[in-house]
Amino acid sequence: MSNNRYNLNKELAQMLKGGVIMDVTTPEQAKIAEAAGACAVMALERIPADIRAAGGVSRMSDPKMIKGIQEAVSIPVMAKVRIGHIAEAQILEAIQIDYIDESEVLSPADDIYHIDKTQFKVPFVCGAKDLGEALRRINEGASMIRTKGEPGTGDIVQAVRHMRLINSEIRRLQSLRQDELFNAAKELQVPYDLVLYVHENGKLPVVNFAAGGVATPADAALMMQLGAEGVFVGSGIFKSGDPAKRAAAIVQAVTNYNDPELLAKLSEDLGEAMVGINEDEIQLLMAERGK
Amino acid sequence: MKIGILAVQGAFIEHEKMLSTLGVSHFEIRQPKDISTSFDGLILPGGESTVMGKLLHELNLFLPLKEAILNDVPVFGTCAGLILLSQTLTNSTTTHFGTLPVSTKRNAYGRQLGSFQTTQHFERIGQVPMTFIRAPYIEEVSDGVDILATVDHHIVAVQYKKQLATAFHPELTSNTSVHEYFLSMI
Repeated sequence: MSNNRYNLNKELAQMLKGGVIMDVTTPEQAKIAEAAGACAVMALERIPADIRAAGGVSRMSDPKMIKGIQEAVSIPVMAKVRIGHIAEAQILEAIQIDYIDESEVLSPADDIYHIDKTQFKVPFVCGAKDLGEALRRINEGASMIRTKGEPGTGDIVQAVRHMRLINSEIRRLQSLRQDELFNAAKELQVPYDLVLYVHENGKLPVVNFAAGGVATPADAALMMQLGAEGVFVGSGIFKSGDPAKRAAAIVQAVTNYNDPELLAKLSEDLGEAMVGINEDEIQLLMAERGK
Repeated sequence: MKIGILAVQGAFIEHEKMLSTLGVSHFEIRQPKDISTSFDGLILPGGESTVMGKLLHELNLFLPLKEAILNDVPVFGTCAGLILLSQTLTNSTTTHFGTLPVSTKRNAYGRQLGSFQTTQHFERIGQVPMTFIRAPYIEEVSDGVDILATVDHHIVAVQYKKQLATAFHPELTSNTSVHEYFLSMI
């Protein structure tokens, strides 16, 4: 992957900032999401809540289903591959996907190695729980980062934990003396040049979105206030009572996350939110996959 | 001089940094109350035009901003901003402000694998680095529209009265010349 292509891929993520990326399973849902103001859609056969309920091995979606969604909408289309599954990523690149999510939501294909994303022309987004994970994924070629959250739960607690941790670790790096950065690189298990970038710029070198457990406009506003540059919403929309209305409300909440009066209006009459599962009721912690 | 930057979605911070580099004051437009005082210029950034188009209406920004553009407040649109300004979109039934008499094709270079970077001539400026991200291009222009740049025979920058639009993203490079040109229109 040439440096130029990597820059173009980081820049596509910059265009998505301040936006909401929504999980969809059919062309009809993709159209609802686009009409509601999604800045991109994530095409997958089952949303995380159903993956969690169904159990078993969860894989890349059928390329035909993804192509149907590509034809249905004009916004970027993303799709997920299993962690470390090089061939699934090659298949998605062959169908000209706009972004690949190397995702812990699917069953990992490799329990040691992530995909060498520098070998691909298409961009990758990866999940991270802390700064070390984020910078390791960036070093492997990810051009966008998202928190892992805990997908399919409707519980925001883990996304909050990951976003706060990443940002507090960034602030800590900023406060270090220049000669302390070498040891910080050792502790974080990441290359020195990425540590130096964070020290000097006070942010990741790529865009950072929130993901996992966002179910309401208030959840989205919370993540934006904690420093997310945009939001992924998975099960929260199409597992709710009125998906179109909830989706549109979350989109507006991301734009005006600092306006409580508007957020109050947006939160009215949205129908049933997804039921959700609490952290301590979860059997399977997807966020622990791939570190 | 004070420039308003539409900040409902997309890469508006990149424009803010550009203006800060040039020492020009600016503010974000997210709600009607943000434009209750007058401003000297308007920037419509890159992002997703479908999202911005929808939020402009939902947040009651569409009419006041369209009125400002029609009253010759100088406006600069990049990528999605060009789409918001275009009078006709050849592969879409919706239009937005429609104040710029050109016809524009969305996602004209295809998906992300079609995104590219090049350096080309820009009329009145010279060589300019141009970054195209899932970009549109302009297929036709009406009389009175100046063509400022073309790439492979496709029109990628135009000016019509006080409206400047580019299919590429000058805000993603460190070259400030297109922004300086916009400021010279004010």
